[in-house]
Amino acid sequence: MASVRTARLLTGSEAVANAMRQIDPDVVPIYPITPQTPIIERFTRFVADGETSTEIVNVESEHSAMSAAVGSALAGARTMTATSSQGLALMVEVIYIAAGMRAPIVMAVGNRALSAPINIHGDHSDGYLARDSGAIQLFAENAQEAYDLMVMAPRIAEHPDVLLPVLVGQDGFTITHSAEPVELLPDEAVRAFVGEYRIPAPLLDLSAPRSQGMFAMPDYYFELRHQIAAAMERAREVIEEVAAEYEELSGRRLSALEEYRLEDAERALVCMGSTAGTVKDVVDELRAEGERVGLLEVRSFRPLPIERIRAACSGCSEVAVLDRADTPGGVGALHAECAAILCGSRARVRGHVYGLGGRDLSPAEIRAVFAGAAPRYVGLRSAS
Amino acid sequence: MAGLRPWEELPIGGAVEPDPALRPRTGGWRTGLRPQVDLDGCVNCLLCWVYCPDSAIRVVDGAFAGFDLDLCKGCEICAAVCPAETIAMVADDG
Repeated sequence: MASVRTARLLTGSEAVANAMRQIDPDVVPIYPITPQTPIIERFTRFVADGETSTEIVNVESEHSAMSAAVGSALAGARTMTATSSQGLALMVEVIYIAAGMRAPIVMAVGNRALSAPINIHGDHSDGYLARDSGAIQLFAENAQEAYDLMVMAPRIAEHPDVLLPVLVGQDGFTITHSAEPVELLPDEAVRAFVGEYRIPAPLLDLSAPRSQGMFAMPDYYFELRHQIAAAMERAREVIEEVAAEYEELSGRRLSALEEYRLEDAERALVCMGSTAGTVKDVVDELRAEGERVGLLEVRSFRPLPIERIRAACSGCSEVAVLDRADTPGGVGALHAECAAILCGSRARVRGHVYGLGGRDLSPAEIRAVFAGAAPRYVGLRSAS
Repeated sequence: MAGLRPWEELPIGGAVEPDPALRPRTGGWRTGLRPQVDLDGCVNCLLCWVYCPDSAIRVVDGAFAGFDLDLCKGCEICAAVCPAETIAMVADDG
């Protein structure tokens, strides 16, 4: 459908800023933080140049940014924001509120490690902190996917069966600051794809006044929070519908889960984000050497595609799950969930923590993970 | 929990539509004071209407028309903001 295509050399930040320009949100409350800052630097330049009609709200913190976003989205304005790390941590309180009040805010996240020690580089600790908030959380493998998921995100967030915030994550620096060829859709194609912002009961509809953010006692809190879980379940289908429609437009399919050379795999690796790109290269090398290995790339961390993970991995004998965030005193989050999902299958599930604070995961280390020869903490210097 | 509605039947996000039958009567908590106005001094600026936290200022055809004591909690804000100093708090005899 999109007959004229142009690939441009863009960082993940620039790609997402362009998606935002094309979507032309009504309101963007925003506070800068590395490595998200280039997203908003680029986007506010688009606004200043008159390329969007967006109202930028300069706030004093991410807590205020997310609070303004909740009010704006519920008032009836398409609302986007962006953040990273400590900023996401500060937002988390309000993300729970956004989910509970069913505010379909779209947020770009440059995923970054949490302090202390302070660090600006990529891992998934910030995303994991928002894991149970009720926000949908998608992880991009590269700049192109960050762009694609950002264009898909309003359709998922605002779907009447969903109405939840959507976080589009891209690994800090590895994607946010690395330039690669990115194909942008024509502006008018994106505008048509996202359509008009419509929510069932905008607060500024004065013909139907209502109170939002109500108090709920033990007799109703459980039921109201359960609405989020039910919306998440419905979001699984909505994500695939939007992905199918986006594929018609772009030629690219961004499913909640990507199975890479898994069809007859004996050993599978499960991971999220930019690491999946490196793992694909290692899978190709190992396949060329005759090894039956494959990758399961999780793009939708929330909702987690539970049934599809089971179907994709239950034929494997070994499944190694990589968490790019630690759970001190517990089991890695993705590892624990995959172990639960595959419980009763023939697969033996192992978990590894890697890449904290932006540490690279090398192809040699990925080979060691596939071979079952890697320690639980991959790449950690240890005296013992 | 008999009689309570299941999650499927609750409004999205717990948004509540107003029910005129359930009009609040916050005047039942009044402090013991109620506002009294000297209409000769009223300049009809409606600052009391703007500031009243309980929608207790009656306005008819754009003009101040007294207090709704079903709603007034006796907070004294109207008396404090009145620029003509024409609202006074008096003992509330019920």
